[in-house]
Amino acid sequence: MENLFSNTLDGYLFLASLLFAIGVLGILIRRNIIIIFMCVELMLSAVNLLLTAFSVHHNDPNGQVFVFFIMAVAAAEITIGLAILVMIYRNTGSVSIDSLKKLKW
Amino acid sequence: MLNLVFLIPLLPLIGFVLLGVFGSKLPKFVSGAIACTTVLVSFLITLTLLGGVLSGSIVSETITYFDWINTDGIYLPMSFLIDPLSVWMMTIITGVGFLIHLYSAGYMSHDEGFARYFTFLNLFVFSMLMLVMGSNFVVMFAGWEGVGFCSYMLIGFWFKNTNYNNAAKKAFIMNRVGDLGFLIGMLLIFVKVGSLEYATVFGQAPLVFESGTTDIVVITLCLFVGAMGKSAQIPLYTWLPDAMAGPTPVSALIHAATMVTAGIYMIVRSNVLYTLAPFTQDFIMIIGLCTALFAATIGLVQNDIKKVLAYSTVSQLGYMFFALGLGAYTTGLFHVTTHAFFKALLFLGSGSVIHAMSGEQDIRSMGGLRKKLPITFLTFLIGTIAIAGIPPFAGFFSKDEILAYAYQRSPILWALGILGALMTTFYMFRMFFLTFFGEFRGTEHQRSHLHESPLIMTLPLMILSILSIAGGFLGVPHVLGGHNWFGHYLSGVAPVKELALDHSTEILLMSISVALVLVVIIIAYVIYVSKKQVPVSEGSTLTTPHRVLYNKYYIDELYDALFSKTLRWKSEWFYKLLEKGGIDSLVNGIGKGVQWSGKTLRMAQTGNISTYLFLMVLGIILLLIITGLLV
Repeated sequence: MENLFSNTLDGYLFLASLLFAIGVLGILIRRNIIIIFMCVELMLSAVNLLLTAFSVHHNDPNGQVFVFFIMAVAAAEITIGLAILVMIYRNTGSVSIDSLKKLKW
Repeated sequence: MLNLVFLIPLLPLIGFVLLGVFGSKLPKFVSGAIACTTVLVSFLITLTLLGGVLSGSIVSETITYFDWINTDGIYLPMSFLIDPLSVWMMTIITGVGFLIHLYSAGYMSHDEGFARYFTFLNLFVFSMLMLVMGSNFVVMFAGWEGVGFCSYMLIGFWFKNTNYNNAAKKAFIMNRVGDLGFLIGMLLIFVKVGSLEYATVFGQAPLVFESGTTDIVVITLCLFVGAMGKSAQIPLYTWLPDAMAGPTPVSALIHAATMVTAGIYMIVRSNVLYTLAPFTQDFIMIIGLCTALFAATIGLVQNDIKKVLAYSTVSQLGYMFFALGLGAYTTGLFHVTTHAFFKALLFLGSGSVIHAMSGEQDIRSMGGLRKKLPITFLTFLIGTIAIAGIPPFAGFFSKDEILAYAYQRSPILWALGILGALMTTFYMFRMFFLTFFGEFRGTEHQRSHLHESPLIMTLPLMILSILSIAGGFLGVPHVLGGHNWFGHYLSGVAPVKELALDHSTEILLMSISVALVLVVIIIAYVIYVSKKQVPVSEGSTLTTPHRVLYNKYYIDELYDALFSKTLRWKSEWFYKLLEKGGIDSLVNGIGKGVQWSGKTLRMAQTGNISTYLFLMVLGIILLLIITGLLV
């Protein structure tokens, strides 16, 4: 384990990939829309983390500035997503992803 | 006088445009006047040119108006060649054309398509003038196509009759076959010589081609195929008898006097090329002689007054080609001239008869018309004598000149030529006697309606009969004290062939032919006037040779079986196999495949979001793997 984290960037890369994979798995496995939504956010955060790590590694603050912007936009996006979620619940009485099956063939 | 030349074709063209645009609104009198005046003025201008040629002030003038095509490799000016040959043809076209225009004004006066008729008649005169005036093959070809088109429009003039339309189509298609040959010949000349100007082509030809080589034989044969189509020679002659569906003056102008002689004009014009190709000359001679005899035998038994004249035209055209094949170009054109006079006269005369008979064309229903139609009778008699070749009428001189050249080549050719002439005499007099002698055989209604045609129709008949009498004196041979003026007139364009016969032989030949012709006339008189025989009516049984002739050797049926039927059979086959089986099934198959795949593949749209997500992730992973493999 010592060798694995010897380089600081490697640890961040490993962590970010792990978080991203957890997010993907969560999206594929879970049925609850709220959880899926959280998983999406987790993937986004993983990418943000990676961006920050590379920013530090390359000694270029632009990356970190970008992350702030992304987080601001993500906040706005989350509100819209949650609003849609509320509407889904009001219409179907459920937050299961299987309740939205009408759009087919 | 040369600065007015452009008016000669332009005036009929103006007439065509005026009548084409305003014709339906103008009164008949004005339409007729426009059409006749334009041609008359053209004729008068042509006469001044003829005067110039005769006085020697015009030898061979090329007048260029503008460049038609001017690129690197091709230079085609829009230009006219004024020389004795073209001026002579122009005189015939505008002169006979004017007389027939005048006649038509009377003949067509009751027709609702009066203006349309004159529109195309004027366009025809324009095209025909372009044909003979052009100074290169392309202008000639433009006119060549123009006359073909006008012929089509005028044969199918009474377009409500399907048979007439079919006749028009037949003429057009047969002409197209010939035109293709002409076009190929023209292009070959261009490839070999690099120009289509007469002056260049005929100047270069003896240098470029050696006499009798394949090149020149192929070129001349191709051009001759064009002449076969236009001038109704075997095997492309069957359209001409059918072309009689058009109004009679059209038959006179287009299908007897002018258009069908275009092939002869073309060969006389290209005589330099033909002289270089002896094989083609022999070929033309054989085709001409065969056509002359073949058409004459058919003419012997026809009962339609215009059909008889049509076959006689085919036969006479055969004679002209016979002369050309013998190398006697000037003689061929001499016969064109005399034939234009007497055949136009005969056709117009038959038109006058048909007019009087209220449209009846069957000579079995005529008879005894000489008392009712004295002027038509007299002029028709003159035309018949002229075509039979009795001196001093026009046909005698031109026909005997041809026969003399034939005898010089071989007595057998002469004998066959005489045979054709005798058959011509027989069927012409048969028709003449059946029409004008004996008792009237038509209906009571027709009898009460019989009348001589008005002056506007008889005047052209009288003028043409004078020309039919006097036309022959243009080319009185040396042996009869003349000096073949016509040959000398054209000698600048086409060489006069030597006639190396003893004067006594020549006189003997003439006497034999005249004597035989007289005998045949007497035979015809005995059969149809003294014995009052009338051809059997439709439907009665005929002897086998008679039936074969009456049905024109079943040539139409043969062509139908050979070409139309096979073509139709092939079309059917292609329709079933290629169209239905190939193209249709391909197109329908593509459509059905798209429908089927759509129907099937849409099932993949389950509406289940987790499936979509799963597939999306799978896709991304696949993409990543592929990218990894590629890099």
